[in-house]
Amino acid sequence: MSEPGAGKPAKARANGGRRLNIGAVRSSFAPWNDPSAVPLVRFEGVGKRFGDQVAVEDLSLEIYPGEFFALLGPSGCGKTTLMRMLAGFETPDTGRITLAGEDLAGVPPHRRPVNMMFQSYALFPHLSVEQNIAFGLKQEGLPKAEIAARVVEMLDLVKMAPFARRRPDQLSGGQKQRVALARAVARKPKMLLLDEPLGALDKKLREETQFELMDLQVELGVTFLIVTHDQEEAMVMADRIAVMREGRIAQIGRPEEVYETPANRYVAEFLGDVNLFDARVSQIDHPMARLEAAESLEGFFVLDDDCPAAGSAVSLAVRPEKMRISLEAPPQGTHNVLAGEIWDIGYTGDWTNYIVELPGERLIRVARANASRFVERPIGWDDKVYVTFDPDAGVVLG
Amino acid sequence: MKRGASVFNLVSLTAGFAFLYLPILLLVIWSFNASRLVTVWGGFSTRWYGSLFHNEQLMGAAWVTLRVGLVSATLATVLGTLAAVALTRHGRFLGRTLFSGMSYAPLVMPEVIMGLSLLLLFVALKVDRGLLTVTLAHTTLTMAYVTVVVQSRLATFDRSLEEAAQDLGCTPARAFWSVTLPNILPAVLAGWMLAFTLSLDDLVVASFTSGPGATTLPMRIYSQVRLGVSPEINAVCTLLIGAVAVGVICWSLASKWRTAAGRQPPA
Repeated sequence: MSEPGAGKPAKARANGGRRLNIGAVRSSFAPWNDPSAVPLVRFEGVGKRFGDQVAVEDLSLEIYPGEFFALLGPSGCGKTTLMRMLAGFETPDTGRITLAGEDLAGVPPHRRPVNMMFQSYALFPHLSVEQNIAFGLKQEGLPKAEIAARVVEMLDLVKMAPFARRRPDQLSGGQKQRVALARAVARKPKMLLLDEPLGALDKKLREETQFELMDLQVELGVTFLIVTHDQEEAMVMADRIAVMREGRIAQIGRPEEVYETPANRYVAEFLGDVNLFDARVSQIDHPMARLEAAESLEGFFVLDDDCPAAGSAVSLAVRPEKMRISLEAPPQGTHNVLAGEIWDIGYTGDWTNYIVELPGERLIRVARANASRFVERPIGWDDKVYVTFDPDAGVVLG
Repeated sequence: MKRGASVFNLVSLTAGFAFLYLPILLLVIWSFNASRLVTVWGGFSTRWYGSLFHNEQLMGAAWVTLRVGLVSATLATVLGTLAAVALTRHGRFLGRTLFSGMSYAPLVMPEVIMGLSLLLLFVALKVDRGLLTVTLAHTTLTMAYVTVVVQSRLATFDRSLEEAAQDLGCTPARAFWSVTLPNILPAVLAGWMLAFTLSLDDLVVASFTSGPGATTLPMRIYSQVRLGVSPEINAVCTLLIGAVAVGVICWSLASKWRTAAGRQPPA
């Protein structure tokens, strides 16, 4: 491997103060689109069952060097099993897993060049912070001086030097998380596996730690595989996300891809909120398509990309924040207008979520960013409202 | 809220302590009796302690008991801990239920039956009864207790600690030795103590399995008491009580000191 983090531009402040947005930074790092790139990890048709419970089924996946990869899904979707198979704690029933070209079958956990950060952190309670970090280095049989130097380096890396002699039970949750991280990266693994790394932290700390983990990953140049059920965590940190469902991958892609162009209803509903309309393609007139749906007399007008042939039954997925809500009727000729009544309002400070009842007791959700502090006339309960969305706001799902 | 000592509390406390410790206290007092007669107080004396050390039968029996206790408790701890690991860590292996039932059998089996069956075994195998057979019998008797104590600790022990050790380069055996064992050590030591004390005061199994030259202290005391309580017996019992008390006090001081050390950040 070349210089740590090579091929993956560092974040904005390391870049001569020039501001880059996150999307732009990420889009230049895309080894999965490069046919000559060699994956670090390859799952090939991997399956695993526990009794008659299928945990992972015929799953294939490639993870590239330097990637920050997230396995995202609800509990029981097989994401943890997948990670544990890579670490060597579970054996696949079918298929094979290779790491840097080497078949991992039969290689016990202690000989795999990966390290794992456990959900419970799994710090050794009988050892101090520095002894915990030194533990893996001692197993390698490194000289004492080298171990000591590496421990100091790791303590500095996670800013835990003042706590070197504490025991794990004298640390806060965030500190434990740092020690667990330092311990896992001390052996300079080819790949770091993180099992719900931020699950035990409170919201503020979780946000901070997300960015720290990203910085750390760039600094170390290690490939990260993270397992999480928290979509925000995956969206913020990962280069690519695999959304999992019942042991299979429902969709794999960059965060903005899986969110903005979900491949199916499951992904659309799992990531964020979505309004789904059952519809039928009635007419395709490039670049637009018209969908018939019970909610709209006029029909919905959407872009025709990925739209199946006329007559097919589809779902139209529209995210709440991509809908507009207003008390006044939109001008004549506006497409995709839904008239309804406010059913419920959820004010969260930065956003307000409106639940709107359409005729036929159909509820949809509209979100509005509270960009200004005052409005002339706030929208209230039982108000008659108009909801509109642009033709490019919706995704047609087959 | 202040929790003062009410009359009821004081009375129940006194009654409880009296019930538990009065017999022992009486025994200790009588061991300092100058008179040979057990029921007549003839003034304070330590003569029975002196003569005790010249009573070779009693001293020999004490030595036997100590050796049997140390060896059998250690063997039982090793075997019992391994059994506990097998039961908690190896999932569902063939014969697990049978193994589990068998390792707990000594807990519920009447000691007489156990002693008798061991005797039959030793006779069938033509093993001469003596120190070895008592030690083996006590190992069998006490192993189950160690298994119970260690197993309950292992059940609550975070398994991911072992996995973390393996992940960091330990073989499973090494992970057990350097991570699991240090953390379950209090339970293992408690199991050892339990096994040791059980072996110390066992009369029934020892009576069946011991032979000439391997008379344990409880056997000796029992046979002497049948001929009348001698003040020497009181003295030896007082010494035993003293030894156990010192052990228990050391144990609790050590654990207190350990928790205190754990709580304070080291300088």
